[in-house]
Amino acid sequence: MNIVVCIKQVPDSDKVTIDRETNRLNRAGVPSIINPFDENALEMALQLKDEHGGKVTVISMGPPQAVEALRTALSHGADEAILISDRKFGGADTWATSYTISLAIKKLEDVDLILFGKQAIDGDTAQVGPGVAHFLDIPMLTYAKGVEVTGDTFKINKVTEDGYEIWDIDKPAALTVVKEANQLRMPSLKKKMAAKKAEIPCWGFDELQPDEEKIGLAGSPTKVSKVFAPPVKLNKQTLSGEPSEMITELIHKLKEQNVL
Amino acid sequence: MSTIKELWVFAEQRDGKLAGVVQELLSQGQILADKAGFTLAAVLPSANGAEFCQELYNFGAKKVYTIDDPKLENYQNDYYSRAVAQLINEKKPEIVLYGATTIGRSLAPTVAVMVDAGLTADCTELDFDVEGGNLLQTRPAFGGNIMATIICPDHRPQMSTVRSNVFKKMKISDHEEGEQINYPVDLSGVPERMRLLESVHEADTNSIDLNAAQFIVSGGRGVGTPENFKTIYDLAAELGAAVGASRATVDAGWISHHHQVGQTGKTVCPVIYIACGISGAIQHLAGMQSSDMIIAINKDPDAPIFDIADFGLIGDLHEVVPEFRKQIAAFKA
Repeated sequence: MNIVVCIKQVPDSDKVTIDRETNRLNRAGVPSIINPFDENALEMALQLKDEHGGKVTVISMGPPQAVEALRTALSHGADEAILISDRKFGGADTWATSYTISLAIKKLEDVDLILFGKQAIDGDTAQVGPGVAHFLDIPMLTYAKGVEVTGDTFKINKVTEDGYEIWDIDKPAALTVVKEANQLRMPSLKKKMAAKKAEIPCWGFDELQPDEEKIGLAGSPTKVSKVFAPPVKLNKQTLSGEPSEMITELIHKLKEQNVL
Repeated sequence: MSTIKELWVFAEQRDGKLAGVVQELLSQGQILADKAGFTLAAVLPSANGAEFCQELYNFGAKKVYTIDDPKLENYQNDYYSRAVAQLINEKKPEIVLYGATTIGRSLAPTVAVMVDAGLTADCTELDFDVEGGNLLQTRPAFGGNIMATIICPDHRPQMSTVRSNVFKKMKISDHEEGEQINYPVDLSGVPERMRLLESVHEADTNSIDLNAAQFIVSGGRGVGTPENFKTIYDLAAELGAAVGASRATVDAGWISHHHQVGQTGKTVCPVIYIACGISGAIQHLAGMQSSDMIIAINKDPDAPIFDIADFGLIGDLHEVVPEFRKQIAAFKA
């Protein structure tokens, strides 16, 4: 079985701090990681390969340094990696990103399953998985927690707001994977060494031959019109002292503001 | 022939009920439609849309486009996206709003690529620029530390998803009038590529859905032990609140991940969020800082949670939370 896992390199949000003076992020020195939800997609692929054999290919679209996320994925057990990178792809929104990634997947042969994390922690849009599936014209389910191979189809456990659903979906299929699915295995030393030396091809404009109007900033329907710091709380009130007095005062203030 | 442009709300139904976010979107949609001079309409794929129309009129929809088909009884991405995309291509609405539910977050991105529309996820503010004709879609980026306003100048429709509880519902009356327009869509040509076998509703011990909760009481590492979460549950029960938790407590196995609030958990925006023994890592703040009011209880006066709290109570949660419960009970009596 051939599985493609799409991963994104993101800044590690646990290490990001805020400058309280400017209310902006201190990005300097923040390490880049594989988007945490993509780790669950990768582990789902590796488990399917353990059980059924086949190949796991990881792909990532981003700047040249995104190759490091691909090397990390190889060290965890992925077989092959492909970087999608070109200056012309820069500034892509989720529409243009979905289109570009779909072109890369079309170049791969006999793909049975395409996995994504449920969303990326930097943008939180959760849009690229469904977008890619549409450009590839394959069925797609979001929020997958479990997958079973059943002949020519997959049986999927999909998380909903208040429970779960069981779906039967034809191959090839696309899934976005939730955190509850699994936990990514540790990298092996041997694979770590091999990942360092692995040849990772980079596919750009020439390799993918995209429609120029559908890529990068120009191919993106959405534009950022303004970026600003979130409003600061002005009426912060701090209470301390005896618990009963604090609570009495708090409830009094909540009543005043009509929230109780 | 009418040339009045339209603003649509996707009327999501599941198990015979409209999602609560639909009413919120209609109420905000009404404000935008008034400003822009558009007609507010709802688009409703289901097995039998007529039963939902009155409720949609009551929240401001002047038109309801019903797409009735047995195949649309339950959400199926291929059928729903085809139905909605076809209607969009035919009627050309200016704006389409979706709830950021599990269904909305499948449908909206699929429709966006089908009809070449821009889509902005999880907007916390929607305004209309009358001069430019653009929907101003503001959303938090990077865990809520930066706000970005997104526009979509050259593509129509302009589409957004919005989470529950971001906008207030405003029912106009119980007997508003509107027009139901049946729109038949032929789904026979759509290949059946996925089939729903089973749908299970789990009775959670904490029956109040975090995403829909008006009040949330959350516990962090300061709670100390899994047993101590009872204090949190007790206050929540008194307030009719849902119970939330920080990632640390979920990772430690004190409480199930269903309760996790934060960047890798749920994003919530209740009327009041009460953070108990939560230090306020960015990871957590990302999931709750758009709450209307934040009350933080922590014994460390330097905890970052106090930076974003409206009311900061410096004290031991094991004393303060039970006292809070006691006084709320007295207040209610």
